[in-house]
Amino acid sequence: MIPVAFDYKKASSVEDALAALAEGGEDAKLMGGGQSLVPVLRLRLNAPSVVVDCSSIPELKGIKDEGGKIVIGAGTTHHAVMNDPAVKSSLKVLADATASVADPQIRHRGTLGGALAHSDPRADQPPVALALDAEFTIAGATGQRCVAAADFFQGPFETAVGPDEILVSIAFPKLDGWGGHYEKFNRAAQAWSIIGVAAAVRMEGGKIAEARIGLTNVGGTPHRASAVEQALVGASSIAEVEAASMYASDNLSPFADEDADVDYRLHLARVLTARSVAKAAGIS
Amino acid sequence: MTDVVDAGTALGRPIKRKEDARLLHGQTNWTDNIQLPGTVHMAILRSPLAHAKITHLDVSGALAMPNVVAAFGAAELGELNSSVPCVWPVTDDMVAPDFPALAKDTVHHVGDCVAVVLATDAVSAADALEAMSVDYEPLQAVVNMESAISPGSTLVHEDKGTNTCYVYNLGGGYDEKVKEADVVIKRRFINQRLIPAFMEPRSVVAAPMGMSDEITMWTSTQIPHILRLLIALVTGIPENNLRVIAPDVGGGFGGKLQIYREEILVAQLARKLGRPVKWTETRSEDMVATHHGRDQIQDIEIAAKSDGTLVGLKVDLKANMGAYLQIITPGIPLLGMFMYPGIYKMDAYDFQCTGVFTNTTPTDAYRGAGRPESTYAIERIMDELAAELGMEPMELRRKNWIKHEEFPYTTIAGLTYDTGNYELATARALELFDYEGLRAEQKSRRDSGDRVQLGIGISTFTEMCGLAPSRTLGALKYVAGGWEHCTVRVLPTGKVEVITGTSPHGQGHETAWSQIASSILGVPVEDIEVVHSDTGRAPYGMDTYGSRSLAVGGQAIKEASERLVEKARVIAAHQIECSPEDLEYVDGVFQVKGDPEKSQPLGAVAFEAFTAHNLPDGVEPTLSAEATIDPQDFSYPHGTHLAAMEVDTETGKVTVRKYVCVDDVGVQVNPMIVEGQVHGGVAQGIAQALYEGANYDEDGQPQNANLSTYLIPSAPDLPSFITDTTCTPSTTNPLGTKGVGEAGAIASTPAIINGIVDAIRHLGVNDVLMPATPMTVWKTIQAAQGGK
Ligand SMILES: Cc1cc2nc3c(=O)[nH]c(=O)nc-3n(C[C@H](O)[C@H](O)[C@H](O)COP(=O)(O)OP(=O)(O)OC[C@H]3O[C@@H](n4cnc5c(N)ncnc54)[C@H](O)[C@@H]3O)c2cc1C
Repeated sequence: MIPVAFDYKKASSVEDALAALAEGGEDAKLMGGGQSLVPVLRLRLNAPSVVVDCSSIPELKGIKDEGGKIVIGAGTTHHAVMNDPAVKSSLKVLADATASVADPQIRHRGTLGGALAHSDPRADQPPVALALDAEFTIAGATGQRCVAAADFFQGPFETAVGPDEILVSIAFPKLDGWGGHYEKFNRAAQAWSIIGVAAAVRMEGGKIAEARIGLTNVGGTPHRASAVEQALVGASSIAEVEAASMYASDNLSPFADEDADVDYRLHLARVLTARSVAKAAGIS
Repeated sequence: MTDVVDAGTALGRPIKRKEDARLLHGQTNWTDNIQLPGTVHMAILRSPLAHAKITHLDVSGALAMPNVVAAFGAAELGELNSSVPCVWPVTDDMVAPDFPALAKDTVHHVGDCVAVVLATDAVSAADALEAMSVDYEPLQAVVNMESAISPGSTLVHEDKGTNTCYVYNLGGGYDEKVKEADVVIKRRFINQRLIPAFMEPRSVVAAPMGMSDEITMWTSTQIPHILRLLIALVTGIPENNLRVIAPDVGGGFGGKLQIYREEILVAQLARKLGRPVKWTETRSEDMVATHHGRDQIQDIEIAAKSDGTLVGLKVDLKANMGAYLQIITPGIPLLGMFMYPGIYKMDAYDFQCTGVFTNTTPTDAYRGAGRPESTYAIERIMDELAAELGMEPMELRRKNWIKHEEFPYTTIAGLTYDTGNYELATARALELFDYEGLRAEQKSRRDSGDRVQLGIGISTFTEMCGLAPSRTLGALKYVAGGWEHCTVRVLPTGKVEVITGTSPHGQGHETAWSQIASSILGVPVEDIEVVHSDTGRAPYGMDTYGSRSLAVGGQAIKEASERLVEKARVIAAHQIECSPEDLEYVDGVFQVKGDPEKSQPLGAVAFEAFTAHNLPDGVEPTLSAEATIDPQDFSYPHGTHLAAMEVDTETGKVTVRKYVCVDDVGVQVNPMIVEGQVHGGVAQGIAQALYEGANYDEDGQPQNANLSTYLIPSAPDLPSFITDTTCTPSTTNPLGTKGVGEAGAIASTPAIINGIVDAIRHLGVNDVLMPATPMTVWKTIQAAQGGK
C-alpha cells in the first residue's frame, strides 16, 4: 500500500496542466479528487512518474445554468453537484446518483469529471451522463473539442479523453418538469453498485411521454436501454412499466462476478429498471 | 437496563469510558506511531501462489537498491528462521507441519512469507521487494476439504503423508439411542471462512535497548505475556531479557491472539542487526496473512420423539486448519464441541471432528472461536426440526431447554452450567419484539403473496467463556493456565495503581477495572490507573481472549483490593490506637465504629506504610496487595435473540427490520460497556450471516482479499438494536459475572438465517448458505421453485 515514488505537480490552469502532461509524456497522470487514482497508485497497479494535480484549477470548478443546459466543471466535487439547487431541480437523477456514491468523505473530494474520466464500469454517474445525452468538453494541445456521451465511454476505464488531454466540463440538457430516480442495488450501504438504473421520465396526462434510461455495471461501459425507452411511451400502470422493462436485458452481455452471475444480472436489469422507472414516474 | 446488582459505589454504573478521549482523538500510542532513532523497516516478499516449490531465490538484487540495509531468504536467515509454535496438540498423534518464519523450499498458501528486506525507510523497503528474483514451480493446490481427505489427494505437506491433522471423538451412545426416536433429520451447514479485519493493522517494533541485553518489543497483540514466553522459547532470547508491550491496540477479535511469524522475524532481526526493526502490515497483507476464522463443514443429525422431546445429536465436523497450525488452530473446533447441545437436554451426543490441511491461510480464533459455529448448527437445526414436526420453533425450544430450577445442570457434553434463566430472558425478548404482532403480519404477507416476505429468526443461545480452571485446560491439552493476576498499590500520594495481567484492545478495561477497585477501595475512579499490557510493569498474566478478562481477571482485582483493605485496616488501627475489628471502612476512610471522628483516610495510611516510621510489628512497608485467581469453572452467559427479517423475493435482498436481544451476562460492572459489546458482537454475527465470506478459487487464489469485495457492514446497514439484560449471577466467581465479549457474535448469526428461512419456507426453502447475499437468496428461491 505504498505507491512507487512519483513527482507531483499542482496545476493552476488548464493550460498549465496541459503543458505538464505534454512534458511528462506517457508517464504523466492527471489527478482530480484522487479517490480512484490514489488507491490505484497505492496498490501499485499504476506507477506514473508525475502526477498532475488539477484539483485547484478554478476553470474546472463550478456549475453554470446556461438556459437549456447545465454545465458542470469537471473538477466540481460530488458534494457540490448533489447539493446544487439547479441540479436538484432540473437533473434530479444526477443528484440522486451522485448522492449514492461512496460516503461523505469521498464525496467531498471526488469529482464528477474524475468519475466520468475514470469510467469504472461500476460507477454511478456514467449511466446518467449517457441516458441524458450529456456533452463532454475536452481540452488538448490544439484546443477544445466536444464529444457526445454516446462516443465518450469506450470501454472499461477507457474514454474519449486522450492521455495528453483534460476533461473540462460536462453539459447536461435540462429536464425541467421531468421525474427522475436512480435505483442503486448493492450489498451494503457504501458498496459499489451490483447494478444501478438511472431513469428520467416525462409524464403527460398520467402517461409516460418520454423516458431516458441508463444502466451501470451490466458491461464494460454504461448501457442505454433504448428499447425500454421506446416501449415505455404511453405506459401508465405498473404492469405496463414492468412489461416494457423486460427489454432492459436485450443486447446485454454482462460479466459474472462474486455478486452476480449472468442470469442474475439480466434478471436484476429487468426488475430494477421497472422499479426505477416507476419511482421516476410516480407510478405504483 | 434491568436487574443490575449494585455491589458498591462504582460497580454497576454505566459510566463513560475513561480511555475513550485518547482513543477517539487518536492521541495515543499505536505501535505504528512509535518512532525510534535508527529504525529499519521490514517489507515481506509473499507468495503469489497457493502451492509451489521455490526453485530459485536471490535476494541480492534488493541489496543493491537505495537505502537497503539487509535482505534475507530462508537460506540467509539460517538458524534465526525460528518456527511458529502451536500450543494446543489436541491429540497425541496430531500432525503438526513445520511452520518456519520464512518458507524453506515450498510455499503453502497465497501470502506465505518468502523473503524480507530491511531499509532505512518503508518506501525503500517496498521498492526493494521488486528487485528480488524468485522462481516458483507451481504444484496443485489443495483447497476443498473433502477432496483433501479423499485418497490420492495432493498433499499440502508432502513429508507428512496426509492432509488430516487429527480426528477427535467424543460420546458414542447416539447410534443406540436414536432407535427410540420418531423423527431424525440430517443437515449440512457450512460455516464459511471469515477474516477478522480489525481496524488497526498488525504492527511490530523490536529494539535492542542500549547497553543492556534487553530487547523490547511493541506489538499490536492481545497477548503480550504469552507472546513474551513463546517468542523467548522459539527465538532463544532469554525470557528475562525480553520485554513485550502491547500499546493501545485497535481491535483484535481473536486475530491478535497469536504469535505471528512477522513478530518472530522482527525480534530476530532486531537482535541480529543491533538496531530497531519495524514492520506494519498493509491491508492487502492483512487479508491473506492474518489468521482467518471459522471454515467448517458441519454434518449434523438430530433425533426427537414426535412430541418434540430431543433424543440425541450427532455431529461430524470437518474443520479447515489452513496450511499451517498457528498457536491454537487445532483446538478452535473443540471449543465448539462442548456447545453443540446448547441449552437443551438430550440423552445422547456423538461428536467427531477432522482437522484438515489445505493450501489456504491458517485459521484460528475469531470472536467466539468454535462456539459461534456450534451455536449456529444447533439453533439452525432446532428450527428445521420444528418445521419437520409442525411445531412453533419457540415451543420446541421451551420443551427441551434446561428449566431455571434445574440448575446447576450437567449437559450431555459434560459441562456443568451453574446458573441461567432461559424462561425469563425469552419472556422479556418476546415482549420487546412484539412476537405475536409480527407473526400476524407474516401471515398476512404470505396470504397476499407480498413481494416482500417476513420471517422471524430465533436464537436461544448459551456459550462457555472465561476458560478456567487451569486443571481443566490441562485436561484439554491446552498448554497454558486459566488463572489471572492482579496487584493493587496505593501510592504515597493516595493514588491507586491496578496492575492487571489482562490486555485490553478496545474493551474498556481501564474503566471497568477502576470501577471494581473503586467499589472496594472507596477511591474515585479518576484516581485509579489501570496498568496493563507491559511485561516490564505488569506481573505475569494470561492476557485477553475468550471473554475471560472480567470473569477471571476481574476476580483477581476484587480479591487483591480486599486484601489491600485488610492490610490498611491493621495500619490504620495502629495509627488510631484501636483494634482493627473496631474499624469500619466507609468511602475510603477507616473510622471507629460509633465514633467516626476518630478516622484515617486511605491516603494517610498509604503514606504511613511508605515512610514505615510507625508500623505495627510484623507489617511490611508499602501498601500493596496481590492476588492470583483460578476460578472454579467456566461461566455461561446466555440470551434470547430475535430477528425480524424481510426478504425481497424478487431480488433476493434481505433486510434486518428489527433485532431484539436479551442477554444474561450475570452481574454487570458497567452496563454501558456491556451494551457496547453486545452491539458490536451482534453486528459481527450479522456480518457472517449476510456479508462476509473469504473465498478461494480452485487454484487457491483468494477471490475477495480486500475491503472493497470482502464486505463488512457499517452502521447504515443495521437497524437500531433493542437490547436488554436479565441477571442470574454466576456462581463460579465471587463477582457473579459472566463474559460478554463474544456473546453477540455467537447469538446473532443463526437468528438472522433462521429469520430468512422462516420468511421463505413456504416457497420450499429450508436452508440458505452464508453469507446470504441477494444472489444466493434469489438462487435459493429459484431452485426451490423448480427453476434452475
Ligand atoms: C471507498 C470508495 C468507494 C467508492 N464508491 C463509489 C460508488 O459507490 N460509486 C461510484 O460511482 N464511485 C465510487 N467511488 C469512486 C469515486 O466516485 C471517485 O471519486 C471517482 O471515481 C473519481 O473521482 P476523482 O475526482 O477522485 O478522480 P481521480 O481519482 O483523481 O481520477 C480518476 C481518473 O480520472 C482521471 N481524471 C481525473 N480528473 C480528470 C480530468 N479533469 N480530465 C481527465 N482525466 C481526469 C485521472 O487521471 C484518473 O485516471 C468510490 C471510491 C472509493 C475510494
